[in-house]
Amino acid sequence: MSEERAIHDATPEVQPRPVLSLDDVHVRFGGSHVLQGVSFDVPSTGVTALLGRNGVGKTTTLKAVIGLAPRSGRILLQGREIQQQATARIVRAGVGYVPEDREVFGGLTVDENLRLVDPDLGVDAPVVAELFPDLVKRRGQRAGTLSGGQQQMVSLARVLLRDNALLLIDEPTKGLAPKLVTEVADVLAEVARTTPILLVEQNLPLVRRIADRVVVLDAGEVVHRGAAADLVADVELTRELLGVSMRREGAA
Amino acid sequence: MSDLVLLLVTGLGLGALYFIAASGLSLIYGLMGVLNFAHGAFMTAGAYAGWLTMDALPESWPTGSRLVLALLVAVVVGTVIGVVVEVVLIRPLYRHHIQQVLVTVGLSLAGVAAAQGIWGSDPRPVDKPVWMTTTSDVLGARLPNDRLVYVVAAVALFLGLMALLHLTRLGLVIRAGVENRTMVEALGINVRRTFTVVFAIGGAAAGLAGVLYSQYAGAVSPAQGGSLLIFAFIVVVIGGMGSLPGTAVAAVVVGLVQQLANYYAASGVGDLSVVLLLALVLLLRPTSLKGAPA
Repeated sequence: MSEERAIHDATPEVQPRPVLSLDDVHVRFGGSHVLQGVSFDVPSTGVTALLGRNGVGKTTTLKAVIGLAPRSGRILLQGREIQQQATARIVRAGVGYVPEDREVFGGLTVDENLRLVDPDLGVDAPVVAELFPDLVKRRGQRAGTLSGGQQQMVSLARVLLRDNALLLIDEPTKGLAPKLVTEVADVLAEVARTTPILLVEQNLPLVRRIADRVVVLDAGEVVHRGAAADLVADVELTRELLGVSMRREGAA
Repeated sequence: MSDLVLLLVTGLGLGALYFIAASGLSLIYGLMGVLNFAHGAFMTAGAYAGWLTMDALPESWPTGSRLVLALLVAVVVGTVIGVVVEVVLIRPLYRHHIQQVLVTVGLSLAGVAAAQGIWGSDPRPVDKPVWMTTTSDVLGARLPNDRLVYVVAAVALFLGLMALLHLTRLGLVIRAGVENRTMVEALGINVRRTFTVVFAIGGAAAGLAGVLYSQYAGAVSPAQGGSLLIFAFIVVVIGGMGSLPGTAVAAVVVGLVQQLANYYAASGVGDLSVVLLLALVLLLRPTSLKGAPA
C-alpha cells in the first residue's frame, strides 16, 4: 500500500453517539472485493458527504447499510447492530434510502408512489405540500412520465413521509439541470436541519454548500475523513483524492 | 354466419379457461420472477378435489349445486397448496431463481406421479350439470352453455383481480413489486409476505381452472393440468409476463386462433397455429418477455 493510501484524518471530531457506525465492513460480489474494511461514523446532525472517484464503492457502502449488498463486519444504527437485518426492517428502524437513479415506480401515479409509504395521506401529507408543492399538482400523473427532477422529488418525498433517524441519499443531482440541482440542494439543506444525511455526491459545489463533513473512499477503503470546508478549500488534496479540481467541476 | 358465431363463442370459452389458468401464473411471475411449473399440478389438484367432492356428495343433490361446492373446495385446496408450497419450498430459496424454478418442475412431476399412484392414470368421468351439456340458440347458432359459464367465471375473476390490484393496499404493493421488488423492500415494506398472498391467489385461480377444465374435458386425469399449463405459459408470454390485462387479451386471442384454425384449416392445426403465434410475438415484440405493469 502506497503512502497516498494512508488515511488523512484531518479533524478528529469528538461527537455524541453517532447515528450510524460502520466498523470493518466488507462487501464481496462474486470474485470482487468491493468494500475492503470500511469504518467511519455518521454524526447525529448535519450532512456527511461520501466522496470518491467512480467505482470506489460509495453506492455499495449505502447498499451495505440498507441491506441490499451482502456485507460482513459491524453496522450500528443508534448503537444497535443492523448488519444481520433484512432491508425492510432496517428501513422501518429509521433509515430512509433514496437510490441512485431515483427508482420511482413509473407505472404508478405520484400519489400511489407516496401511498406505498404512507397509505393514509400519500401526497396529502403536510411535508409534501411544504417541500414539494409541484407534486401535489401532479398527484394523478404516472411517475414514469415525470421529468428527471420531478422523479427525484418523488423519490425524496417518499422517504420523508416516514420519521427517519438517518437518510442515505445517492447522487440526488445526477443528470439534473443546474436550476434543478439548486432546488434539490434547497430541499436537502432544509431536511438536514432535522435529520442527519449520509450523501453520495459528485458535485463539489453542492458538497461545499450543504455538507458538514466528508468521508473519502478509494478502492474500497476510507482514505480521508474531515470537515467538508477543509477538503474543498484544499485544491491539491481535492485533486489527489477525487481526481478533480474545484474549478473544472464548478465550470461543468 | 351461425358457424362463425359458434366458433367465436367456443373460442371465447376456451380463451376464458386459458385466462383462468394463466392469471395466477402471470401474477406470480410478475411479482416474484418465478415461472411456476407446479401451476399445472395445482390445477390437477383442484380438478381432483372437485371430482372427489362431487363424488362424495349425495347423488340426490342437483349436479349444479354439487359443482358449486366442488368449485369452492377446489379453490380452498388450491389456496392451501399455494401457501404451503410458497412457505415450505419457495421462500427458503429466496434470491435463488433457478433453484425455485427447479423445485416447481420437480413438484409438477411429483404431482402427476402422485395422482397416477392414487387414482390411476385413466381419465375419470366427472358429472356435468344438464344445463351445461345443452345449447342455447343465439343468432341462429346453437351455443354450448358450458362455454358461457367459463366466460362468466373468467370475467368475474378478471374484474376481481383488477379490483384487488387497483383498489387495495395489497394490490398497490403487488403493482409496485412487479415493477421493482427491491425498491419496495427499500421503502420498508415486507414484500415476502406479499409473495405468500400472491401464491395463495395463484393457487385459488388454479383450483378454479382445474375444476372448470375438467368440466370442459368431461373427465379428470393426472396429466390434465400439465397440458393446460402449456397453453397458459404461451398466454402469459404473449400477454407480457405479469400484465393481467395483457394476459386476458392474449388468452382470448389464443382461444380464438386455436378454434378458428381447427375449423377452417384442419383439426389439430389449432395447436400448431398457437405455437406459430407465440413465435411471431416473440419475433416482433420481444419486450413482452420483460414484463409490463400489471
